[in-house]
Amino acid sequence: MEFFIQQFINGLTLGGVYALIALGYTMVYGIIQLINFAHGEFFAAGGYMGVIILSFMASMGYMETHPWLCLMGSMALTMGYCAMLAMAVEKVAYKPLRFASRLSVLLSALGMSIFLQNGLMLTQGVYDKPYPTSFTDGGFSIGMVTMSYMQVMILVMTVLLLIGLNILVFRTKIGTAMRATAQDKVMSALVGINSNRIISTTFALGAGLAAAAGIMVGLYYGSVRYDMGFVPGIKAFAAAVLGGIGNITGAMIGGLIIGMVEIMAAGYLSSEYKDVWAFVILIGVLYFMPTGIMGENVDDTRV
Amino acid sequence: MTWAIAMAWFYVLLWPLMGIHPDGTLTFKNSLIVWGWVVGLSGAVLILRQLNETGMFNAITTPVANVRAAANRGIDTVPVWLWWGIGFAATFALPFFTGRYVQDVAINVMIYICLGLGLNIVVGLCGLLDLGFIAFYGVGAYTYGLLSIHYAMPFWICLPFAAMTAALAGCIIGYPTLRMRGDYLAIVTLGFGEIVRLLLNNWMQLTNGPNGILGIKAPGLYYFSFANGFSLEHIWLKKLTYMYYVILGLMVLTIIAVHRLNFSRVGRAWEAIREDETAAELMGVNTFKLKLLAYAMGATFGGLAGAFFAARMRFVSPESFTFLESAMVLAMVVLGGMGSIPGIMLGALALVALPEVFREFELYRMLAFGGAMTVMMIFKPKGLWPAKRFGTRSDDND
Repeated sequence: MEFFIQQFINGLTLGGVYALIALGYTMVYGIIQLINFAHGEFFAAGGYMGVIILSFMASMGYMETHPWLCLMGSMALTMGYCAMLAMAVEKVAYKPLRFASRLSVLLSALGMSIFLQNGLMLTQGVYDKPYPTSFTDGGFSIGMVTMSYMQVMILVMTVLLLIGLNILVFRTKIGTAMRATAQDKVMSALVGINSNRIISTTFALGAGLAAAAGIMVGLYYGSVRYDMGFVPGIKAFAAAVLGGIGNITGAMIGGLIIGMVEIMAAGYLSSEYKDVWAFVILIGVLYFMPTGIMGENVDDTRV
Repeated sequence: MTWAIAMAWFYVLLWPLMGIHPDGTLTFKNSLIVWGWVVGLSGAVLILRQLNETGMFNAITTPVANVRAAANRGIDTVPVWLWWGIGFAATFALPFFTGRYVQDVAINVMIYICLGLGLNIVVGLCGLLDLGFIAFYGVGAYTYGLLSIHYAMPFWICLPFAAMTAALAGCIIGYPTLRMRGDYLAIVTLGFGEIVRLLLNNWMQLTNGPNGILGIKAPGLYYFSFANGFSLEHIWLKKLTYMYYVILGLMVLTIIAVHRLNFSRVGRAWEAIREDETAAELMGVNTFKLKLLAYAMGATFGGLAGAFFAARMRFVSPESFTFLESAMVLAMVVLGGMGSIPGIMLGALALVALPEVFREFELYRMLAFGGAMTVMMIFKPKGLWPAKRFGTRSDDND
């Protein structure tokens, strides 16, 4: 039982991270019906930018005096940076292809993903970069279950970000404009919504969340790698599909489920095949229930 | 022009990520080299393009275009089969004039041509984006490797087996995914490709895991010897020149088969599915069966190439079958022109041989692939040598 609860907490942590990445996929897909292959790269870029800023602060000595302030500051900077990066990628690789065939946009996205990943590899090296994580060492235990402060922090941050996103999308003007554009581009343009700006904003939001996830994963595992974006990216996509693509609440739930399944499968079945389960779920969902758990707006051109 | 501004902005943004190191030091040397090349080359191309559009190079481009048109007319007067014949003769004669190195590169190019043509059936003809194609290559390679190690079966008998297992794998992957279209299919095939790689990596009893399989036999050949009486002799085709002719034969077989498929009833049905699936179905095309067939046929050629790869390397490990390889084969198909056989041959030649020429830029290979893929899609989506029959999907127009 203790083992189960322990795994449950681990699954919750991992699932939160997947949910954050999945939101980027689902929002972009909801608006321009594109699988943003480069999304995993924003996640990796976030991890790298986080390690750069945090190490810089550590070398200046601020980390000992104000650890939490440093963490929050670097997170904000990283999210902003990745948001801008995503907007630039959108302008360079996707906007010229707004009216091209789906296959070309998808290939363009794939090319961008390979480009960014190899750019990271060439300049930052092929080896793991360690995170300065000493300040969040330790944890507490209830019975046999231990929970590190890191996990608590990740969970709290994830919940805060998700709440923030929900408020942004469902309560503010820009969120309303986003949802309107997702529903009908022509009508929303008629009522004066600038769809290009909304698409940019969507990319920026998704990449910001992915960047936050990148920092958290970096802190949690203690290091980042140039190709860290690939596998979590696909798992997060599976999560987005599981929740019903285009649906924000669905992506959150899907992320939690995928994370939980992965951790439980690693704990109870076999850890070698833990990466397989996300794919199995993805294929199963697309085969038996292509609309996902929460989705409803899927016509035959999408599936 | 706005695109150029966006491009510049993109590079500016990438700069800090590339230049600052986690230990707090700022050593821009590495990123200066990398981004110097990237920004310099793309900037030069963009400027040339802009100048070209304003008509500054008309004095140069007009005569060049005239010469090209004249050359094209000259080329057109010679029948196509003659060009193919000359190409084949040149390839056949290549080992007589060149050394090991060139033959090695040529073998690689031909393996990738086989793979590209296999993928072309799925992506170019049938319009199904497959990102896990390398899995079939892996299945073929492991089939021959395992049969050769455990049952000592000769290469030529294993070849149909490798093709069969790969086709079977194609059906297994194709069957549940046929209900999906476009992006979903792409990501599911990617998932299948990864599953196959993980299986190869973790199924220790069968595949020996990440260590791979060693000691796979090269192809053998029986021939009649009249030296002392009449006898049947056997040799192993271990020499590189022999391997060259084996893959040459395989490539010619693949080219002929894909060409025949392309201009057959089946090929037309595939193209109908690519252009508009709903309309094709209404016209009586059995889309389910034909899409499955496209997967199986594509996988077959991938499997053949894989069996040869195993025989050539005499060693297989899961590392040869990663997603990047899939992306590279796809890049060849896209770069060369989807659905066009000479285009794909050109694409494979460009992506395998060019990095060999610029050996010192080896590391930049994938970076250039990625960039080229995006740029091609924006400026020349039909590829370097476009197929003659190619339309746009009707549901993309609205």
